[in-house]
Amino acid sequence: MFALADHLLHPEGEALPRDVDARALAALLDSGIACRAPVSGAVYGTLLNDRAALEALGEAMHAAPYKAPPNAPILYLKPRNTLAGHRARVVVPDNALGVEVGASLGIVIGRHAARISANRAAEYIAGYTLVGDLSVPHASVYRPSVRFRARDGFCVVGPAVVAARHIATPDHLGIKVLVNGKEIFTASTASTVRTVTQLLADVTDFMTLSAGDVLTLGVPHGSPVAHAGDTATLSIDGLPPLTVSFIDAQQHVGEPS
Amino acid sequence: MMRGRVAYAGAIHEAYPDPHGVRLADGRVRREDEVVWLAPIEVGTIFALGLNYAEHAKELQFSKQEEPLVFLKGPGTVLGHRGVTRRPADVTFMHYECELAVVIGQTACNVKRDSAMRHVAGYMIANDYAIRDYLENYYRPNLRVKNRDGGTVLGPWFVDAANIEDVTQLELRTFVNGTRQQHGNTRDLVTDIPALIEYLSGFMTLAPGDVILTGTPEGIVNVNAGDEVICEIDGLGRLANTIASDADFGRA
Repeated sequence: MFALADHLLHPEGEALPRDVDARALAALLDSGIACRAPVSGAVYGTLLNDRAALEALGEAMHAAPYKAPPNAPILYLKPRNTLAGHRARVVVPDNALGVEVGASLGIVIGRHAARISANRAAEYIAGYTLVGDLSVPHASVYRPSVRFRARDGFCVVGPAVVAARHIATPDHLGIKVLVNGKEIFTASTASTVRTVTQLLADVTDFMTLSAGDVLTLGVPHGSPVAHAGDTATLSIDGLPPLTVSFIDAQQHVGEPS
Repeated sequence: MMRGRVAYAGAIHEAYPDPHGVRLADGRVRREDEVVWLAPIEVGTIFALGLNYAEHAKELQFSKQEEPLVFLKGPGTVLGHRGVTRRPADVTFMHYECELAVVIGQTACNVKRDSAMRHVAGYMIANDYAIRDYLENYYRPNLRVKNRDGGTVLGPWFVDAANIEDVTQLELRTFVNGTRQQHGNTRDLVTDIPALIEYLSGFMTLAPGDVILTGTPEGIVNVNAGDEVICEIDGLGRLANTIASDADFGRA
């Protein structure tokens, strides 16, 4: 079971996460604390769940190598080495390419979820969190290398998991990304192919999700790219914003981790 | 040393081979079918290799690769020895893949091939199931093909690296209902174990308990509900699995 009363966050340096009300959460975050990821289960990313992403692929979906539009949900794993928290410093592997900063709603599973129906799916959701799903930009979604998405620190989660009761309309949330304080990207969870509950139903038909696992609703199409030296702030309505800084590989060497 | 993990009489136990079946850490000896076999270790990240035996790549009509074809599998797919894996009624081609599973024993970051084997704790047999019917050409192999419940069978034993004299010369065999269908040798790996560790640790940190499924040789055939699939690797034992129907899982 993964359960929370209110807002669950794990301040860096503390042994256990804290479960606090909105006011205490705001005070903690205002004090500038860094956090660990507030979750430790498996994290699954969802690809092409944004109608704009499918429109952008357009006719290419009917040609090689894709041949047909996607049918079942297309997922990928963000392995444990990728997990990081609020105020993480993430290495940009190639600064010419930068890092795509995908801001996605993370659905945090509350209990063993196998073959759940869309109309019961809400009972299996403990809460929501913000997932900064980072990737090295890559055009082809046919068989991309895992090195684009599985790098250390490439899944920044938090700062907090917010209890599901606080998020009344998960399919109608605004998404924003600021880089160096400037708003450069906006999107919405309303443009998905599958809603939160439909996605859970379709995914748990073939794979069980466990308590504490996270399934992302999917990164919006056209997410911005950051470079070393940038700081990004990701926000989704109803969730505390998530800050990530980008550094180059040289800076990383010798830095206490 | 070979060790397994079994559930017996209300608890989970470490277990060892015994002439009469299996010996639990607390001294009890039981028949193999009296215990429930779990995966021998609690796995971290699971990596799997596509097309890492030359003949198998030919079988699937793939040409030369620029880098190893690696995909990831989730912990929910893991199943132990003597487990049951569902075959959906609507599919025409579900197949096993017998693979050598390499277990990482020490954190590995930017490791070079010369020292890579120091980061290996040991080995297991893996049976990495796939359902060809569900293949879609996005983020291949898509998770509906490869990341299914019961789709990563591991065991029966975790075997210390020190107990395997030459990991580059191990025979792999798969039997379906007693008939040998698959046969290969780890000497034919396209990307060998040190190279895989060098490759993966070059862009991400590997941690103890991470598992690399090193790919499967040629000889895959469709399996049907009721089939018994046995994967064998020299020195690692034999890993059994049974295919079950939708009806067994309460699906119409």
